Amino acid sequence: MNTVETNKESNIETVEKTAVKTQLSGSQAVLEALLAENVDTVFGYPGGAIMPIYDALYDYNDKLRHILVRHEQGGIHAAQGYARTSGRTGVVFATSGPGATNLITGLADAMIDSNPIVCITGQVFAHLLGTDAFQETDVINITTPVTKWNYQITDATEIPEMLAKAFYIARSGRPGPVLIDITKNAQVQLFDYLGYKPCHHIRSYRPKPVIRHEYIKEAAELINQAKRPFVLFGQGVILGKAEKEFQAFIEKGGIPSAWTVMGLSALNTDHPLNVGMLGMHGNYAPNVMTNDCDVLIAVGMRFDDRVTGRLDKYAKQAKIIHMDVDPAEIDKNVKADVPVWGDCKETLPLLTELIEKKSHTEWLNKFRELEKEEIKEVINEELNPSTDIMTMGEVIKSLNELTGGDAVIVTDVGQHQMVTCRYAKFNQSKSNVTSGGLGTMGFGLPAAIGAWYGAPERTVVAVIGDGGFQMTLQELGTIMQFGAKVKILILNNEFLGMVRQWQQLFNDKRYSFVNITSPDFVAVAKGYYIDGQRISERSQLKSALKTMLDHDGSYLLEVMVGKENNVFPMVAQGSSVSEIRLK
Amino acid sequence: MLKQEFTLTIYTENKVGIIGRIAIQFSRKKINIESVNGAPSEVSGIFRFTIVINESEEVVRKVCRQLEKQVDILKAYYNTNEEVVWQEQALFKVPTSQIAEKASVERLLRQYGARAVVIRNDYTVFETSGHSEEIDGLTQALGKFGLIEFVRSGRIAIIKASEGFHKKLKEFENEEVSEMVENEFLDKQDKIFTM
Repeated sequence: MNTVETNKESNIETVEKTAVKTQLSGSQAVLEALLAENVDTVFGYPGGAIMPIYDALYDYNDKLRHILVRHEQGGIHAAQGYARTSGRTGVVFATSGPGATNLITGLADAMIDSNPIVCITGQVFAHLLGTDAFQETDVINITTPVTKWNYQITDATEIPEMLAKAFYIARSGRPGPVLIDITKNAQVQLFDYLGYKPCHHIRSYRPKPVIRHEYIKEAAELINQAKRPFVLFGQGVILGKAEKEFQAFIEKGGIPSAWTVMGLSALNTDHPLNVGMLGMHGNYAPNVMTNDCDVLIAVGMRFDDRVTGRLDKYAKQAKIIHMDVDPAEIDKNVKADVPVWGDCKETLPLLTELIEKKSHTEWLNKFRELEKEEIKEVINEELNPSTDIMTMGEVIKSLNELTGGDAVIVTDVGQHQMVTCRYAKFNQSKSNVTSGGLGTMGFGLPAAIGAWYGAPERTVVAVIGDGGFQMTLQELGTIMQFGAKVKILILNNEFLGMVRQWQQLFNDKRYSFVNITSPDFVAVAKGYYIDGQRISERSQLKSALKTMLDHDGSYLLEVMVGKENNVFPMVAQGSSVSEIRLK
Repeated sequence: MLKQEFTLTIYTENKVGIIGRIAIQFSRKKINIESVNGAPSEVSGIFRFTIVINESEEVVRKVCRQLEKQVDILKAYYNTNEEVVWQEQALFKVPTSQIAEKASVERLLRQYGARAVVIRNDYTVFETSGHSEEIDGLTQALGKFGLIEFVRSGRIAIIKASEGFHKKLKEFENEEVSEMVENEFLDKQDKIFTM
């Protein structure tokens, strides 16, 4: 071990200058790789099998910020939040065995929501693999279904190349989580370090398909002939950094556009062509009009079942143009008439060039007509309740008024998530962080911590339910120790609200284990030296929100809201999107 | 859509764990694999897997796309039985005494094109190849003559319309992406590729 210590400091600089033969340990090579990939923040938790990396980290403290989370799940959700607000790759360290298995939920979440994540896990010594050694689990096989790629390193010489591959795979094409498992012997092994070469090509991996211009032409013809074109957009627009290209496209075509939960904030809330949210708890107009449009243009979205409702009654009248970077998405759920494969940053401008400048005023007005109906039937009461009981919607409305739509809003999963997505206002992209595909309760708090590190200059508000907060509230410790200025807004309805809503609507109000009790959240926060308060009166709402936002540092505000409020509209499971119910 | 037999041909990098990544694409959809064969292809460093499943074409197409999405998988094709030439190999261990004594056994072996691989005093090992039904037929027939042990390989298949993998690999090794993604509804060309 002495040789490792002595070699460390003297050698790092020479690597940068000369890139000649230098001896590094595997652990140092890992950290050099992170620096070469411009990683500035790592979320992690040490343990036996990753100790050599943490030992090396001791000397990199000035170049790499390491945030010690309270649970590995919190670490990976934080990395996801970081990736979502920064547009960069999130990095996680965890140890072998339980450390690695605690990452699984986050990996699955990152996989389904296409978050670029690189996880580095320690592993037992290579000679102990398969012997049921202490804290050994078969991490590669456990994580295979929930990673875009994974690899086990047993020899330090592989580290630079494999980490370069890991970062390339995680961020390119359709992004996703990558896990690199490094045995302890490889971490301590000294080897001749020849520098870090970023990866740009892997022969068996084609991140983006070749753009087929004939399909772009066909798509443009369909759009030009369309009387009632309708755009659905998803996170692909954000991941492709194509917000401007997207806006130019819909503006030239004059096409009403609706978003999936993952696409939220790619287009400003106030944009005149933004007609709202798709799917189960989306807005009335976009759901109904899906079955009325003549050309449906899907941009960077994957027709999730929460968006489509019943598939055999989904947009059957329309010609479908599906733009996606992942060929496996085409025809997976909804058959495309024209598939436009490729990165939408490249395909959208090509398409915009070919479409005619139009404004479908009458068609857009139809959306606005239906919107009025939704305002009358649902939104008015939600935002301006006639009773004393506070609604989640009015809390979000007040929040909008105070932030002006400039905040990053992180949500957990459940009723509060749907309400927040429906009513929160956004003026810029990469501002909505939520667990869309996997619906991971407990995502909100750790993701908000990461979101803040990804955009520390912005206000980050984590809207969380009383159930989800109790799943990962240990991450208050991370906030306490490292000072992430996360504003925690708990909307407490004293129920597992979404399940309760379903039990009310579909199970004859047989409330089965949905009445969850909570600790004194404010006292819990105080225990972590985080300020906070709890309110239950409407008169306190505005000032309490203001106190929270103005507070220099993290703050927890618990708002008691109606116990049995439901989220409407709703496309019941097994129903068509146009059968969306307003009550 | 009706289920039928499909032969999948999958080219992969020779990597630890690749079988697992392939298997997951079937098991996650609860598709049973009827037969599997994996061995080095004609290109050094690249493996070729031949997998037979019974599924509808739509499901097979989706599985192929998920397979190709895997980083270490270069290409996945699917074909109906009409589009491939295929064989299985089988080995039969039969008591030598039975063969020596019974002329019908010899006729049977001749009829199935089997040849002796090992002849010992106590047993003889025959080898044959053919479609599953042919091998099934011989297995059943030999059963009457004290078949001691039997083994067959997974299917191996040659795609009739294939131009080989060398050219494709050259494209993949090129840093500029050159491969077109094809679509069965729009590309009416006579292509074997799934995408």
